[in-house]
Amino acid sequence: MKNRKKLTLKSIFHDWRLYVLLLPSLVYLFIFAYIPMYGVQIAFRDFSPRKGIWGSEWVGLEYFKRFIEYPNFKFLMMNTLRIGLYSLATFPCSIIFALMLNEVRSTKFKKSVQMISYIPHFLSTVVVCSMVTLFFNQKTGVVNAIIEFLGGTRTDFLTKASYFEDIYVWSGVWQGLGFGAIIYIAALASVPMEQIEAARIDGATRLQIIWHVNIPYILPTIIIMLIFSCGGILGVGFEKILLLQNDLNLSRSQVISTYVYEIGIRGGQFSYSSAIGLFNTIINVTILAIVNEIARRFGETSIW
Amino acid sequence: MRKINSDKVFGFVNGLLLVLILLIMVYPLYFVIIASISDPIQVGQGKLVLLPKGFTLDSYKEAFREKQIWVGYRNSIYYTVVGTLFNLFLTVPTAYALSKKKMRFHGALTFYYVFTMYFGGGLLPYYLLVKEMGLINKPYTLIVLGGLSVYNVVVTRTYFANSIPESLYEATEIDGGSEFDNFFRIALPLSKPIIAVIALYYAVGRWNDYFTAMIYTAKKAYQPLQTVLRGILLEGEMTLGRIDINILSEEEMAYYVRKSFLVESMKYSIIFIASLPMLIAYPFVQKYFVQGVMIGSVKG
Repeated sequence: MKNRKKLTLKSIFHDWRLYVLLLPSLVYLFIFAYIPMYGVQIAFRDFSPRKGIWGSEWVGLEYFKRFIEYPNFKFLMMNTLRIGLYSLATFPCSIIFALMLNEVRSTKFKKSVQMISYIPHFLSTVVVCSMVTLFFNQKTGVVNAIIEFLGGTRTDFLTKASYFEDIYVWSGVWQGLGFGAIIYIAALASVPMEQIEAARIDGATRLQIIWHVNIPYILPTIIIMLIFSCGGILGVGFEKILLLQNDLNLSRSQVISTYVYEIGIRGGQFSYSSAIGLFNTIINVTILAIVNEIARRFGETSIW
Repeated sequence: MRKINSDKVFGFVNGLLLVLILLIMVYPLYFVIIASISDPIQVGQGKLVLLPKGFTLDSYKEAFREKQIWVGYRNSIYYTVVGTLFNLFLTVPTAYALSKKKMRFHGALTFYYVFTMYFGGGLLPYYLLVKEMGLINKPYTLIVLGGLSVYNVVVTRTYFANSIPESLYEATEIDGGSEFDNFFRIALPLSKPIIAVIALYYAVGRWNDYFTAMIYTAKKAYQPLQTVLRGILLEGEMTLGRIDINILSEEEMAYYVRKSFLVESMKYSIIFIASLPMLIAYPFVQKYFVQGVMIGSVKG
């Protein structure tokens, strides 16, 4: 017993330089991640800036109750889920793109398509949202110019709430398609040639080879990426939604995170908005854990 | 014979679809450029589709006349350069230490970092902390915030653990070198590719960040380019909305019409100006980005 304690002290002493290397980020994370985690208790208190966290009265789950009983609760959940699930539904796009690229014989063509497809990933959310706003404008936007050119009628996409999810999700696909495919392209590059050759000799078509050889081979990668995507269903891109939001599409674009921002930082209801934020986080982590568990049981793949 | 035919058809259709995807990728970018150099009135009337019309650089001149754009540019460069250095200072040594599995409390320490990837206090407690620390509206606000991405730590750690042979360290240890020697003399010089990758990850994130600036720096003098860009786009909408056509003389009308069209096409030039540094850096960095994604995908 004594011996073991001594060993620990000795090894700490031996490793002190490694701890020194860790120290700056350890302190940084303590301040900027762990203190806010500790501060999340304002969700259970009636926080007022004057009294501080400690002085504020303990109210338990009152704010959570208030949120669930809030008339717009269902509306916020539905909007968040609708956008989240819609985004999740476009998850296969990058995989399909990678599979298509993998079939290209000419290296030059493949490389150029790949390189160009990464570009949108480098644009900022503000730039992408500005482009969307400009392009879809009813009078001046190029999308409407093309629609008119093709014989359609100009539509006001930006102020019709029903278009909000389409715009949000597909501009996201446009931006992330190429970059999201990198990981699958890398995985596809290591599919053993012998397997493909064997399938070909057996008379398989290219489509059959993709289905029976390539996809099963990259399945573990797909599952891992899918688990992460599922964890983000309720964590839809706050910044982008806020930038695309306007008074007229609010009925579809108000989601949990933008609501937290609005009533919390702009409205000053610290405790209530913290409770909503915590509620959101807990659901996210729970979904992630459930999906991870399912994947672990059935596919023997997991992120933990 | 039939199989070869169907495979050929497949290859052809596949190539065709890829070309189509490529066009959809490129066209919005192409359009921004042609709109920014075309006659504002043509742009404003939605007459532009394939080719620029009435070449002019007025929209760029108008954009550069906005003082706030210069301020934003300067600030964004400062935030990106200094901020990224701060990021590296926090990330690289940490990643090195965490790659040493023999270290006492290795498991607990790794958990301390990784846990924050999945759980956090949320927006409000964070905001209150930043406020309490007096970090709002300071020239260094956007440097200090966003100092560490644990994801990048994990990527770098994986590189250290998998790409630097243990035998190299053993050699210095025999010579009586310490962990500091290991880190500075062996690990750092051998990890240039990964440092480039995460520096680029951080730099792109810093340059493109809008959210942090929106919440924590309202002061105009400290705003980054993204905030300025957003501001001008909104302002443009407002001036157009505010004009009451009925009280204007004909000359004033003409002036405002031209002006309002110019404001519209200026948006395209500003989008181009704001994305330019990333687009210039892009060809040099894209191969590193690919590396980064691949290293990150190795479960370590």
